[in-house]
Amino acid sequence: MTTFAEGTLHTHRELDDMLGQRWRKPRFIKRPWLRWALGIGFIVYMIAAVLTVEVNWARVYEGLDRGAQFVLAFTSPDFTSRGGDIWDGMVESIIMTVAASVVGIAISIPIGLGAARNIAPLPVYLICRGIVAISRALQEIIVAILLVAIFGFGPLAGFLTLSFATIGFLSKLLAEDIEAMDRVQAEAIKASGASWMQWINYGVQPQVMPRLIGLSMYRIDINFRESAILGLVGAGGIGATLNTAFDRYEYDTAAAILILIIVIVMALEYLSGMIRARVQ
Amino acid sequence: MWVCWLLGVAVFVYCWQRISEATTWFFVWDAPRIANDIWTRATPPRWDYIAQLGRPVWDTLNIATLGTMIALCIAVPVAFMAARNTTPSRLFVRPIALLIIVSTRSINSLIWALLLIAIIGPGVFAGIIAIAIRSVGFCAKLLYEAIEEIDESQVEAITATGASRWQVMTYGIVPQILPAFAGIAVFRWDINIRESTVLGLVGAGGIGLQLQASLNVLAWPQVSLILLVILAAVVLGEWVSAKVRGAII
Repeated sequence: MTTFAEGTLHTHRELDDMLGQRWRKPRFIKRPWLRWALGIGFIVYMIAAVLTVEVNWARVYEGLDRGAQFVLAFTSPDFTSRGGDIWDGMVESIIMTVAASVVGIAISIPIGLGAARNIAPLPVYLICRGIVAISRALQEIIVAILLVAIFGFGPLAGFLTLSFATIGFLSKLLAEDIEAMDRVQAEAIKASGASWMQWINYGVQPQVMPRLIGLSMYRIDINFRESAILGLVGAGGIGATLNTAFDRYEYDTAAAILILIIVIVMALEYLSGMIRARVQ
Repeated sequence: MWVCWLLGVAVFVYCWQRISEATTWFFVWDAPRIANDIWTRATPPRWDYIAQLGRPVWDTLNIATLGTMIALCIAVPVAFMAARNTTPSRLFVRPIALLIIVSTRSINSLIWALLLIAIIGPGVFAGIIAIAIRSVGFCAKLLYEAIEEIDESQVEAITATGASRWQVMTYGIVPQILPAFAGIAVFRWDINIRESTVLGLVGAGGIGLQLQASLNVLAWPQVSLILLVILAAVVLGEWVSAKVRGAII
């Protein structure tokens, strides 16, 4: 009884302490010193950053005219006068995307299996994780520069770049998915005396397949977007045409290309949404 | 089913043929020698060049951070307009917000940089704006999905006390999405560090400018050093973002 009374007394006292005061919103970062340190550090950094960024405001002001022209160009995009170039570039971009996605997905499945700790032995695991890490750390455009230097200009360099990037992305996510799978089902298959291939095929694959399809669709989408910039460094695709259009200040052609890219990306996103809804 | 596979294989073979037509195969067979040649030229990296890289790295960091800041400022209102449960008007405002999200998201920051350089001239500022525009769609998309997933009962409870629209916003909705917001901000910052390292290739400031300059004069030892610095920056950015996200969630 006494302990109970003491308990209620205790909570009452806490309530009493709070009673006279206004209610305040709980803070997002609870420790005050951390909150202040982060806040002050952030402000100091912002001041330093803004002071060191050199902006040529006169040049920006001059450019506003051209900016307005460009926005206006979106209302009257010119698909026809450079129609041939746009068509060739787009077809090349799409071809690179398709080929690179197929090859990239095909290669990333074994590497993904190897990078999952629960089904691969340690040496294989380390090698596959190494491949994934290298592929993820290098941006597409840098890989493209190196590959163009090695293989020469053209869509082959772009195709290899996209395949390489796909491997890093897909293998990592696939491996994480396999590591998070349900052990029981895989073990049941193993207990029935299945060979390694059968084990993967019936124990592991059905569990990760829906997500693999979803991720592959997403990667196709990314590959197309990336293929649009590879042309800037000479690796084929629509990027070269776009770059030329900007260099010649042909904003209406540039606007047409950008609109085409946006439309294709939207269509791909819609398609992948539909496919993902069906498999899941 | 088999028809689908056949069709797929046919499409792939056709694509491969087109690529192979456009390739000069002589260069490809020559590739191992060239790769070896580049490798011997690029090693060892020219370490003393690193003294000149301090400023570009600082610029790169600024492009990523300031770009993310600006993007978040724009993304928050866009996200509130795009979310089904907070949009002022489902018929007019929501489609516009969604269009902004899709169009900024589907165009790469390098293309935005290219465009902005044509408009406002080369430099760090163009890079910042390019990163900002590219990030708006990404942040707004993730944020509006977070807003749509909030717990409605809390919002209702605040509304029931007679709170105004803005009070509902600050006490009912914002506390629920704040962790998601912080996570998105750091995540995008990490991606932006990656992207800002290459923006210089088209002239938008940062370490990419040095990379482009070194590539143009075929100074391979400098190129390899710059690539190492970029790699370090990317890994560091990823590490910081993983730490911060781990602390939030």
